[in-house]
Amino acid sequence: MTTEQGLSPTSYINHHLTQLTHSVGDSPFWTLHVDTVVVSLLLGVVGFGFLRWVVSGATSGVPGKRQAFVELAFEFVDREARGIFHGDRHRFLAPTALTVFVWVLLMNAMDFLPVDIMAWFFTDVLHLRAFRAVPTADINTTFALSLVVWLLMIYFSVVVKGWGGWVHELIGTPFGSHPLLWPVNFLFNLVELVSKPLSHSLRLYGNMYAGEIVFLLLGMWAATGLSGAFFGVLLGAGWAVFHILIVVLQAFIFMMLTIVYIAMAHESH
Amino acid sequence: MNINLTLFSQALAFAIFIWFTVRFVWPPLIKAIEERQKQIAEGLAAADAGRKSLDTVAQQVAEIEKEARKKSFEIIEMHENRAKQIIADARDEAHAKAERIIAQANEEAQHEAARARETLRVEVGNLVVQGVEKILRREIDPKTHVDILNQLRKEL
Repeated sequence: MTTEQGLSPTSYINHHLTQLTHSVGDSPFWTLHVDTVVVSLLLGVVGFGFLRWVVSGATSGVPGKRQAFVELAFEFVDREARGIFHGDRHRFLAPTALTVFVWVLLMNAMDFLPVDIMAWFFTDVLHLRAFRAVPTADINTTFALSLVVWLLMIYFSVVVKGWGGWVHELIGTPFGSHPLLWPVNFLFNLVELVSKPLSHSLRLYGNMYAGEIVFLLLGMWAATGLSGAFFGVLLGAGWAVFHILIVVLQAFIFMMLTIVYIAMAHESH
Repeated sequence: MNINLTLFSQALAFAIFIWFTVRFVWPPLIKAIEERQKQIAEGLAAADAGRKSLDTVAQQVAEIEKEARKKSFEIIEMHENRAKQIIADARDEAHAKAERIIAQANEEAQHEAARARETLRVEVGNLVVQGVEKILRREIDPKTHVDILNQLRKEL
């Protein structure tokens, strides 16, 4: 980082963790993280376009290698959905789980891009103020995903059990449907209802964000001298390998929770 | 960590991607996979049926083979019997013929012998008569004794 030699550690990390923003209104809320939106949309279009391209040429005979690869992913997601959900999963749940898995995996995989080279590319080549390439390290993305899943969960609860059934479930379970217990039940369910999207989104966000920070700290260490460079490279490589696991694992966990939440909405207590 | 409009744009994008996958990605491939599962199941069933019919045919073949072997043995036995019969018949016929020939020959020989004996007798008679004639010419008149001579000739 010869161009940033005058920078302090704080400004180095801040620079890496600044979103490329674009204001569309007066208040801070009307801001768009251009980097997050562009990268995630690009990945989504490429990923799902690829799937659509493979699938539109799918044969029921002997599949080619490309189709077999996609079928592996399908089979993987479908197996998880089959194990948890006992309705017609092909209509909605399994494809939704596939969407979550593929998209989150691709967005997480942006973490594989080396942070400093990307920073140099975006600021010195494209002359952008800042750019964060990992959409899932932006809490807006993970909250967006978990809130959509949360809304789907409520939607299916209402569709399957009816408004009455859902309300009854909110106030009548898990302690019993005695009127005196209604407030307790409701409080209990409220906590569960609120904690679901929070834990769902913060788990992914925390993992990816922390992963980025660890890379940045190792990068800073590498800038301190010869031994720092040696250990920085060594630990950086180790962390990168470990990160391959985290990227896939977090995508898998996010998909599993999506399946579990929506499947639970289909089952009455 | 600030929540802003990005949240909603991401949620919208997510919803669109879900819709796209549910509508355009999942159904064609799951259809192809299920079709293939059906084909494989049918193929396995067909293989099973084929194996079963093969067993049946093999059993039938074995039965036919047994039958054929039995029949061929029967035919061979029949023909052997017939050959024996023919040989026996031929032997009998030959026997009969030989006996006939021998009998005929015997008869002929006896006949011949009788004839020879007759001839011999006549000749010997004549010879004796001639001899006796020669002896008796001087003493016996042949004309008077012709009946005696003739009788004698007959008795010889």
